[in-house]
Amino acid sequence: MRYSGFRIIKEALTGHKGWEKAWRNPEPKPDYDFIVIGGGGHGLATAYYLAKEFGQSRIAVLEKGWIGGGNVGRNTTIVRSNYMLDGNEPFYEFSLKLWEGLEQDFNYNAMISQRGIINLYHSDPQRDAFTRRANAMLLNGADAELLNAAQLQKMCPFLDFDNARFPIKGGLLQRRGGTVRHDAVAWGYARGADLRGVDIIQNCEVTGFRITNGRVEGVETTRGYIGAKKIGCAVAGSSGRLMAGAGMRLPIESHVLQAFVSEGLKPVIPGVITFGAGHFYVSQSDKGGLVFGGDIDGYNTYAQRGNLPVVEDVCEGGMAIMPMIGRARLLRMWGGLMDMSMDGSPIIDKTPVDGLFFNGGWCYGGFKATPASGWCFAHLLATDKPHETATAYRFDRFEKGLMIDEKGVGAQPNLH
Amino acid sequence: MIINHPLLGPRDAQEFTYLGDASLINRPDWTADDAGHQFYEYQYLRDNPAGEHRELWFHEQGDRSWLVVTRDTRTHIITNVELAPEFARKAGRSK
Ligand SMILES: Cc1cc2nc3c(=O)[nH]c(=O)nc-3n(C[C@H](O)[C@H](O)[C@H](O)COP(=O)(O)OP(=O)(O)OC[C@H]3O[C@@H](n4cnc5c(N)ncnc54)[C@H](O)[C@@H]3O)c2cc1C
Repeated sequence: MRYSGFRIIKEALTGHKGWEKAWRNPEPKPDYDFIVIGGGGHGLATAYYLAKEFGQSRIAVLEKGWIGGGNVGRNTTIVRSNYMLDGNEPFYEFSLKLWEGLEQDFNYNAMISQRGIINLYHSDPQRDAFTRRANAMLLNGADAELLNAAQLQKMCPFLDFDNARFPIKGGLLQRRGGTVRHDAVAWGYARGADLRGVDIIQNCEVTGFRITNGRVEGVETTRGYIGAKKIGCAVAGSSGRLMAGAGMRLPIESHVLQAFVSEGLKPVIPGVITFGAGHFYVSQSDKGGLVFGGDIDGYNTYAQRGNLPVVEDVCEGGMAIMPMIGRARLLRMWGGLMDMSMDGSPIIDKTPVDGLFFNGGWCYGGFKATPASGWCFAHLLATDKPHETATAYRFDRFEKGLMIDEKGVGAQPNLH
Repeated sequence: MIINHPLLGPRDAQEFTYLGDASLINRPDWTADDAGHQFYEYQYLRDNPAGEHRELWFHEQGDRSWLVVTRDTRTHIITNVELAPEFARKAGRSK
């Protein structure tokens, strides 16, 4: 069934009896051509593009819980392509372009809202660094504008420009950045994949791999053994745990990132704003809640909850740039598992096991990457070759010294 | 989280900074033939277990000692805390 304005009117007049389930709930088959492990944004997008762009069939997505229950439904929904390094920026710009056409492509309202993202700067050297980043963005076909304090004041009069410790001198604006309804991304890709014959199998945890003579033959799951010619792993924060089953140690640690939502307010914040002297970012959802977050907690964890010191740190960051936020009450907070890599950049690559492929290391920034990650992973699975925008996302970059370290902090995952 | 410091008693985890897996104590032999590969594994690869994890914490806002903390990464429950030098000596290191 295609969704459209006409359809809504028709259903409204006929008592909404014609809506069908958005995807089936099939039993697993004994074997597939492709298994994608993980029904998060990346896994579902991978299956969708495998079927739609690469003409593949006999595909299943295996999800241990329910689709959208992982980070794709826990993130703060920011999309942008304001990276600087060569290995990253073309990929994230490819992703942003895919976001721009996504709703038409998968016929689902994902509430993509290009309301702009502003990274604040607080000193002259930081302005120079942002100028350099803006130039790198422009060279890669992205949009970027440098705002001075007067220009910024027009857009965001509520900022604490004269803060004694971190005065706000301006910002790097990417107008095409913004926010997307995160659950709808999972649902839209799931529906699109299902319509093209992909089996989305929920409550099916992969517990191990069957590997013979260095080649993967299938997966052991809580719903029995399932065979496959090629298997792609996209389980984000659970990467270390899953890949240990294939005898791999990864350049990844699992950490927790928390997010916060205030009570609903009238529109006060125009786009996404990030603090340049600490870790704090905020946007306002369409329902009016201020959605904000900051640093990861900083220690290895698989518990999807954080601790109070980071809550305090995030709130201090908010107070430092917009004291008005102190008047809003916090409604909800939660945490999600981050696959923090050793250089802060992701991996989309083959593994030493034939037929087994890996997608992970997204850190706290993988939501914006969802369309391109799915596309590039599908490309790798279907053709055995990396997509042109993802050639740098290899495992061996760590041993070869080809790290993509945007922050320049080295092999310390909790600092990325 | 509260870390029960062997010398100072229970301290708030906020006083500490976190480095990572305690295997970082075991620096490879730089004279080995495959030292390059060993240092790559040492520096970049992690077990990253869901369960018991031995990890290095630095008491930065306190007595500046390094601790080896044994903590469950699924529950955050800490079951053991040792001074890192003692832990290393037990594992056969001279200092
Ligand atoms: C609080 C928070 C805020 C964030 N904010 C942003 C942001 O503003 N912008 C941005 O770009 N990114 C953000 N991120 C990061 C982003 O959400 C993630 O990088 C991204 O969602 C990860 O990819 P995914 O959607 O495929 O992951 P997930 O949705 O976590 O998917 C992985 C799935 O694998 C399943 N799984 C795990 N193990 C198994 C197994 N053994 N068998 C079967 N299935 C398994 C899990 O149940 C899960 O559903 C944020 C993350 C968090 C937690």
